[in-house]
Amino acid sequence: MQFSSKKPRAVTDLKAELYSQPLQFYAQPPLENISLSEFESFAVDRLKLLKTVENLGVSYVKLNDDYLKKLDNEIRTLNFPQDAKDQTEKRRKDHISHFILRLAYCQTEDLRRWFIQQEVDLFKYRFRKLDGGEKLEFLHKNNLQYNTISAEEKDNLREKLTISSSAASGVKVEEQDFYKVPFQDALDLVRTRKVYLKEGYAYIPHNEIVTIVLNDFRTRLSKALALTARSLPAVHSDERLQPLLNHLSHSYLGQDYSVQKNVGKISLEQIDSLAGKSFPLCMRQLHQALRDQHHLRHGGRMQYGLFLKGIGLSLEQALQFWRMEFIRGKVDADKFDKAYAYSIRHMFGKEGKRADYTPYSCMKVILSNPPSQGDYHGCPFRHSDPELLKQKLQSYKVSPSGVSQILELVKGMHYQLACQKYFELTHNQVEDTSFSLSHPNQYFTESQKVLGGGKDVKRETDTLQRPQENSAARGLTAAREPAVDESQHLAEITKNLETDFQDA
Amino acid sequence: MPSSDYDPACLPDLLPLYYRRLFPFAQYYRWLNYGGVQKNYFQNREFSFTLKDDIYVRYQSFSSQSELEKEMQKMNPYKIDIGAVYSHRPNQHNTVKSGSFQALEKELVFDIDMTDYDDVRTCCSAADICSKCWTLMTIAIRILDRSLRQDFGFHHLLWVYSGRRGVHCWVCDEAARKLSAAARSAVAEYLSLIKGGEETVKKVVLTDPIHPFIRESLTVVKRYFPQYALQDQNILGRKESEEKVLALVPEDVKKELQEIFQEERNPERRWRHIEAQAKKKQTTAKKRQYFEKEIMLQYCYPRLDVNVSKGVNHLLKSPFSVHPKTGRISVPIDLKDVEKFDPFAVPTISLICEELDRPKADEDEAKSEDAKEKENEQDSAEKRKIRDYKRTSLAKYVKYFDQFLAEMADSWKGKLLRQSDLQKEF
Repeated sequence: MQFSSKKPRAVTDLKAELYSQPLQFYAQPPLENISLSEFESFAVDRLKLLKTVENLGVSYVKLNDDYLKKLDNEIRTLNFPQDAKDQTEKRRKDHISHFILRLAYCQTEDLRRWFIQQEVDLFKYRFRKLDGGEKLEFLHKNNLQYNTISAEEKDNLREKLTISSSAASGVKVEEQDFYKVPFQDALDLVRTRKVYLKEGYAYIPHNEIVTIVLNDFRTRLSKALALTARSLPAVHSDERLQPLLNHLSHSYLGQDYSVQKNVGKISLEQIDSLAGKSFPLCMRQLHQALRDQHHLRHGGRMQYGLFLKGIGLSLEQALQFWRMEFIRGKVDADKFDKAYAYSIRHMFGKEGKRADYTPYSCMKVILSNPPSQGDYHGCPFRHSDPELLKQKLQSYKVSPSGVSQILELVKGMHYQLACQKYFELTHNQVEDTSFSLSHPNQYFTESQKVLGGGKDVKRETDTLQRPQENSAARGLTAAREPAVDESQHLAEITKNLETDFQDA
Repeated sequence: MPSSDYDPACLPDLLPLYYRRLFPFAQYYRWLNYGGVQKNYFQNREFSFTLKDDIYVRYQSFSSQSELEKEMQKMNPYKIDIGAVYSHRPNQHNTVKSGSFQALEKELVFDIDMTDYDDVRTCCSAADICSKCWTLMTIAIRILDRSLRQDFGFHHLLWVYSGRRGVHCWVCDEAARKLSAAARSAVAEYLSLIKGGEETVKKVVLTDPIHPFIRESLTVVKRYFPQYALQDQNILGRKESEEKVLALVPEDVKKELQEIFQEERNPERRWRHIEAQAKKKQTTAKKRQYFEKEIMLQYCYPRLDVNVSKGVNHLLKSPFSVHPKTGRISVPIDLKDVEKFDPFAVPTISLICEELDRPKADEDEAKSEDAKEKENEQDSAEKRKIRDYKRTSLAKYVKYFDQFLAEMADSWKGKLLRQSDLQKEF
């Protein structure tokens, strides 16, 4: 949009034009001035929205009725645009908040991936809500020269369309709109010959168009984030923004557990019981395997070792821990010092390129490096055979109904929810976990909170716990995250953000 | 047949003559300049030359037609390749900041090489070709030309004989020149049906439903199959080739056919048996039912080298380049006469050089033009040159190239007009 070459207009006209569309590709950044308070409140609201999108995406089949209802609700609550009239203000908020979050989420690969995923899901939800005419308008306004074909043309091409569209989707030509798209915009379909081509155009059924548009959106956003990352130093030099942006990106994961807190607060003797009480199933499994075999392979050492770092083991403790165990096995002290000690120090950033590796998030454990024969790493809900998983849960005294609930979730591929269920069942005072599980260390912290009496109500049940744990747990809860050392205004924001996300 | 004996040893003598009096520089420049619609399009084009003693030089570029002529007449390349249009003049690429020198555009190209069909040719192998297997090239041109025009909407396709054992296709539309590498590879894959190398026996597998593109291609193949495969290649006439065909058929059907073939010797009737068996399978089973189509495609369908088409910067032999081994000129193929195209009738450099001295039947035409042009001494050297190729067997190919350029020129005119309109506004 080149406003400079046109005659100056009243500001309200400009806004009205900018925000006349229910949906946008966020191609142009907002050009106005806003107050700091609007800046933060917009950003926080959008973050809440995206977190909801994430949670709903894990809990429900995307775009099913429950999903839609709950997302609708959240959008209304947070004052984001819906399909009613008078949406200009809300669309403005949508526009601005998207760009603010770009600043916060462009910095690392993980952040970018998360942000893109939620924005794509949100976009998919909104695109779906447009009617046929609005969809076409959107496509044209964004220079996607896609047009639907007339009923007549569809009739003429019926046979060809039927035999060329993805047979799997059982597309019925009569029931769907078909779009004419330049073949360059549908390369994946062209490459695999899953589409009918005529004179340079691909004839694409409606459900495929959504895929194409989403991929376009995803690609644009990905490129934009890469560009944004490059201009970040300039943004960070503004002292008003930097703390807020930092906190926004940390809040999504809660923490990435890269900065060690509570170092040394846990003693090695506690680990066995902690494994049973506060470790997520994946780490409990790894710990058990380590104790049984006196060895773990590389994948397991990484996943478990970094987790232990995250819960507060110091380098010296870690070295002692692993050494003690490996020596019980086939590895003699010398070999350990030569081969394994190096990699542990590496984990703590004391070797090689001195990168301080962060403990793996659930996403990473679930999605990368699947375990093979002889491995114990990975996510048991994702990687274990359901029968074996069932046996394991039973051996850990999970109730039969609990086991079947977990297996249901696993069947639906809701691995993190399954783990959350496991949390609930093994911390019998907890009904509905108040957090959304995304990191094994988060599991541990939450577990410690619950066991250590994070909320007053739970104190009574603590008397049943062994004294050892209590002190450890209290030790952990005592060392809470220090308040941000900045102007009071910002300190308030950060506190607000934390409580916001605990309630989420 | 007009084919003076070519001897590669004569190249050093023939090439200078070729580049001074026969190579159609005007048309060549007209082509690669694309009407001057984009600035520096010709100047930023990469050429590569193979010189005597196999010396290979890349990143050649020229600022005008006359510079191109002078340089080529100086270097007398044995082979000429055309590359991409770059962001800067290729001959200055070393002065450009690394990373900035990029290939921007190039024609979409295809290379069909007869050696890729060795597993299904019985008449020749390797570099040899004959009139029997040349049909494969005809089929390839028909199928690809149709698809590139009707499916992809391209209009300006130049098919060129490679000089020895294949054909090239240059898709010159603006949209084609601007395609990304991903798009090129997608087009090439869309057009590819033959999968697998040495180890694979069955190279074509069709699944339901059969895509319209495959159906169209089969229509073309069916036209040629009886003459080409059953007769010329005799794929069902001899034990060895018969077995190769049966290897492509499902086990149960194979057994039946083997029995039938004990009695039935005639290739055409044998093929009808195969078709009948296929029809039977199509009504009963849902899998592996299209084997008769698969056989036809495996024996006839075009085999392209995807790698040639994928890269924006890939260098390909230039039209009107000489093939050093055969002496033949890489001439454009007139699609109207594609059935009659005979690679052995393509003029060699020795033939056309010879014809320069003893002109062909169009001598009278040449003489009358001589008279006309005496009035215009200024361009006589140019004009003489223009007439020179006209005396030779090269004439008809240059004429065809002219037609091709004239068709494209209409699209350039439109663009230039629009550009000048826009410029006037500001």
